Amino acid sequence: MEKLLNWIDARFPLTALWESQWGKYVAPKNFNFWYYFGSLAAFVLVLQIVTGIFLTMNYKPDAAKAFESVEYIMRDVSWGWLIRYMHSTGASMFFIVVYLHMFRALLYGSYRNPRELTWIFGVLIYLCLMAEAFFGYLLPWGQMSYWGAQVIVNLFSTVPIIGEDLGVWIRGDYTISDITLNRFFAFHVAAVPLVLIGLVAGHLMALHETGSNNPDGIEIKKQPKDPQTGLYLDGIYSHPYYTVKDLLGVVVFVIVFSIIMFFMPDMGGYFLEANNYIPADPLKTPEHIAPVWYFTPFYAMLRAVPSFLDSQFWGVLVMGVAVVILFFLPWLDKSPVKSIRYRGARYKTWLALFVVSFLILGYLGVVPVTVWGQFPESWPIVGTADRATVVARVLTVVYFLFFLLMPWYTARDKTKPVPERVR
Amino acid sequence: MMDKLNTLLAAFALGLVASGAALASGGLDLRLEPAPVNRLDAESLQRGARTFVNYCLNCHSAKYMRYNRLTDLGIDISMIEDNLMFATDKSGETMTVAMTAKDAKAWFGAPPPDLSVESRVRGADWLYNYFLAFYRDESTPSGWNNLVFPNVAMPHVLWAQGGVNKLLSTEYKSHDEALAAAIAVKGLTAVAPGKGHAYVVETLALDTPGALTPTQYKAMVADLVNFLDYMAEPSKNRRINLGLIVLLYLGVLFVFVYWMKREYWKDIH
Repeated sequence: MEKLLNWIDARFPLTALWESQWGKYVAPKNFNFWYYFGSLAAFVLVLQIVTGIFLTMNYKPDAAKAFESVEYIMRDVSWGWLIRYMHSTGASMFFIVVYLHMFRALLYGSYRNPRELTWIFGVLIYLCLMAEAFFGYLLPWGQMSYWGAQVIVNLFSTVPIIGEDLGVWIRGDYTISDITLNRFFAFHVAAVPLVLIGLVAGHLMALHETGSNNPDGIEIKKQPKDPQTGLYLDGIYSHPYYTVKDLLGVVVFVIVFSIIMFFMPDMGGYFLEANNYIPADPLKTPEHIAPVWYFTPFYAMLRAVPSFLDSQFWGVLVMGVAVVILFFLPWLDKSPVKSIRYRGARYKTWLALFVVSFLILGYLGVVPVTVWGQFPESWPIVGTADRATVVARVLTVVYFLFFLLMPWYTARDKTKPVPERVR
Repeated sequence: MMDKLNTLLAAFALGLVASGAALASGGLDLRLEPAPVNRLDAESLQRGARTFVNYCLNCHSAKYMRYNRLTDLGIDISMIEDNLMFATDKSGETMTVAMTAKDAKAWFGAPPPDLSVESRVRGADWLYNYFLAFYRDESTPSGWNNLVFPNVAMPHVLWAQGGVNKLLSTEYKSHDEALAAAIAVKGLTAVAPGKGHAYVVETLALDTPGALTPTQYKAMVADLVNFLDYMAEPSKNRRINLGLIVLLYLGVLFVFVYWMKREYWKDIH
């Protein structure tokens, strides 16, 4: 065995790669609950790729057969129902895990110098994931697949001047059709996953170059080394310590995953929508089109922005900027400390406002704008307007202010002194 | 045509169409009776399958459901072939119908939907109440209407069993009064806006009894809905059983993995 390894190492840096990326990678010893979600995201990625491969063996990317082939998988393919539920549950769980992983970065300032590139890779992964989810959602060819895709492609059609042509270029047709389904299949199973895997590799390599942040936001590499172990004082080897800890995380995650997948795979219509059990019908628009839950905060922003200069493009622009603004986070944060543990009241308040806004926007994106009724006519300015729309507008502003005001409130915040060693 | 479609879509995308859901149902507020279905009751599922094949499978197809899958319900192949298959002699075939979608549209105004996964679209409660909600209405082409699905094209197929209902409307001065009255009924009701600020509570009453008593008819419908629910996801029982086994396994695995983590982390302070 050792001979074989030596033979390989003389020709390919296998041991060096393993040791730099995991085996001898020194990580802070104080990772808490929030640090499980990185390895869990990797786990779900693998799950989606493997189940996806099995699904492609029986799925048919053909408008006349797609819906039928999914039902064929659910009924006639051995264990097809399990593979399909794993994939559909995995899609939503991927976003849950990634949102929690991103929130961790906000809590402990993981995006700050020197980890800006790790963060940028991460945001690119998030963008890729959104594309992957969007393309994949068309494939079952149900009513929500079809009309959801119509709506989202039409967003591109609102771009001034080139919009109409852009929409046709994306669809390959004047409406969502068999041609669109085929190319979305190509994007979903080949193009986007390839980019995704590349980005994940970049994300991990960048992280392992700088070393991990931790709940205290202390750079352990600035600490002296323990003369006995040769490690930084607060550092431990990832293997075996984080191997066994992340394994525990995976088992707990799989338990939660199984409870959903085996006992409520529809998740009350949030993971699998009822309308998507009706085959796509280009002539019948569903009563209420809402995107899947993980897109709804941005969808709520889109709906909240009024048309201006006879164009709906502004809403699309706001939605796009809401995602793109994440790229600038490392340079917007001027705080002398990284972790929320040593930040002052200002950052904590803004982060809380941001999270609450994101969650309420997420809710508002699911429901019709009339959900909370209208303001009474007698009210100035907002009279007769839909309450939900007005609230969504306010929350959209809060979402952006979290980023735009960050240079000021983080610089002025009353921070606590950061200790030398982790807690 | 295309432009119109795109405009409509853009309207949806940008939330200019207020509330589809509320508009389409005309502000109808339905109170449904819960469906007494039991996915483990094989006899109920068998009776439901019989009702389905006899009464539904003439206009509605279930084109993703194979006849031989009915063995799930404890019916053996020869029973299926002799008693449940009228349109084919191959038990591996799916439940299709001879009526074309084009003819159906001409006869009913809308082609009857395929029922393979209908229960996943509507839910068992909705379906159960739908079958109980037909009433006589001379103003519609079929002479029937439905409290749960107003102006549905489908006639009351089971009228000979269930009898003929009539619609009762009672007007209340306010929404609160109407709601209280609807809750007091403890059965299927619909609350709809009436004239001015008034609200109408709509219920059904049996006008002409059918061959079955109301209790027997409800049991027949419950069996049918039970079957429809099974057909929408034939692997449901297997899914739930397997889930329990998987969770047991994961529970044991958790104990070992937790113990292993603690052992390794003992020396980290």
